Amino acid sequence: MTVTAAPHTWTGRLRGRVQQEFPGDTLLPDRQPIYVASWIYVFGVLTLAALLVVLASGAVLAVAGPQWWHGSGLGHYVNSLHLWSVELFMAFMVIHLWGKFWMAAWRGKRAMTWVTGALCFLGSIGTAFTGYLVQSNLDAQWISTQAKDGLNSAGIGAYFNVMDFGQMLMWHIVLLPSVIGALVVVHVLQVRRRGVVPPFDVGAADRGQAGARP
Amino acid sequence: MTATLVPGRRTHPPVAPTVPWAGRYREYDLVKEFVVALVGVALLTAALAGIFSSPDVPQATLAQWSTAAPADFVLTAAAELDGTSGSATYGAPYNRTPDAAQKLGPVSLQHLAGVTTPISTATDFVVGPLDGTVGDPALKTALGQWHAAPAAQRQAWATAYDEALQAAPDNAAAQVAAGDYGPVPVMLNSLLGLARGGALEGALLLQGRFYRSDYTKPLLFLADGTYLEERARAEHLGGDQWGMMNETGSYPGQAWLWLYTFWYQVKPFSTSDNADVLVWAVMAVLSLGLICVPFLPGVRSLPRWIPVHRLIWRDYYRRSTG
Repeated sequence: MTVTAAPHTWTGRLRGRVQQEFPGDTLLPDRQPIYVASWIYVFGVLTLAALLVVLASGAVLAVAGPQWWHGSGLGHYVNSLHLWSVELFMAFMVIHLWGKFWMAAWRGKRAMTWVTGALCFLGSIGTAFTGYLVQSNLDAQWISTQAKDGLNSAGIGAYFNVMDFGQMLMWHIVLLPSVIGALVVVHVLQVRRRGVVPPFDVGAADRGQAGARP
Repeated sequence: MTATLVPGRRTHPPVAPTVPWAGRYREYDLVKEFVVALVGVALLTAALAGIFSSPDVPQATLAQWSTAAPADFVLTAAAELDGTSGSATYGAPYNRTPDAAQKLGPVSLQHLAGVTTPISTATDFVVGPLDGTVGDPALKTALGQWHAAPAAQRQAWATAYDEALQAAPDNAAAQVAAGDYGPVPVMLNSLLGLARGGALEGALLLQGRFYRSDYTKPLLFLADGTYLEERARAEHLGGDQWGMMNETGSYPGQAWLWLYTFWYQVKPFSTSDNADVLVWAVMAVLSLGLICVPFLPGVRSLPRWIPVHRLIWRDYYRRSTG
């Protein structure tokens, strides 16, 4: 027997809200407006793909522990995968960000899409930074002893100690990835909810009053 | 359906209409696009990792430092003991040194945050590790003399020896002029031996405990000397070498930190005593600006004024005007 939650329940209200925000094929459409035809659109999905490679390679490093890659050829290769996927991730994201800037992709009630994207960018910089701190090599020693001055000067270092390996490792593999992951999910849902921003100066015939969302 | 455009039209509001798209659609397979992108990125990553690998310049150890540059090591230890080292005079969050904290205008966020990682360099970096040493009668006698002396006497010995080291040729302990240094030369020579034997890292890290993952003390001690900086500069990681965004070797590093690093290279930041907090303030404002682009008049209109979008949507515009 199928039991449908009553609209007045929390479950019913949540379901109603989801159906209202993501009606029909909004989440997984198989067509896009004709203007969605440029290489710049590829960089959003490339960023997502690189993020998955970052997470996967980081997960393998986490399984064997933070010192594994120093004494293992396989570990060093996995570390290399992690490094290069991060480099690609950041490169794709910067191109994606610039593309969205020149499209003024915040138009049409899409401001929060931009805001969550910008937060993802800034959060990713922080996450990558903590990764450099937990390499446990000369680079990590130097970066941590230099970066402390900036963080201390702003009062942040009193609670976010870049020379505390344990604290930085937790931030790098648990806290920051969780925040980035949540932000990315919200960002993608907002993209699907509002659709891809249309070009400037869309002709009258394309600005209809019915049909699917752009 | 063919869309029509009014060339040069600038009468639309700055925010795109939220009305539904009534123009033509094209088939777009999001799932296929994602899978192809994932496979492509994974293969590209595997290739880059295989071809270029990743850097791993071994860590600097206190044993290496004390062996390669014993004079610098002992001089640094003397400064820790008499309270004149960089860490000893740092201020918050390590200790309460008057006027040491950086200020943003009249406000010192560093001072307001307080001392959360209290460090006494004399005790934590020198005397504490030596107190844990056994089997050295000369050191035991020296420590007995040190602990029995009044604080003013201890400070006088430490200061005198630090100044004598600075005046000695090559800062060499063996060439220090004769003077009243009390037990300090014996203590610092024992610390040198402790470091050379590889036991000092553990003493600085563990501080009497079994488990610890906080490397603040050994890193601060290491950074107070010149050995770490010399090794870092050899890897082009110095502050005036855009070091924060560089990586050891010829790897790309954190290129995305270029703007943060840039401010340190130019005045007034490069010559300010408050450079760090000033750079952080600038970056905080710029970061907030990036987040708030949709709400900033002028900035949000740049994409309309500089028509890069004509390139991005050139196919659409060509069809619309064709």
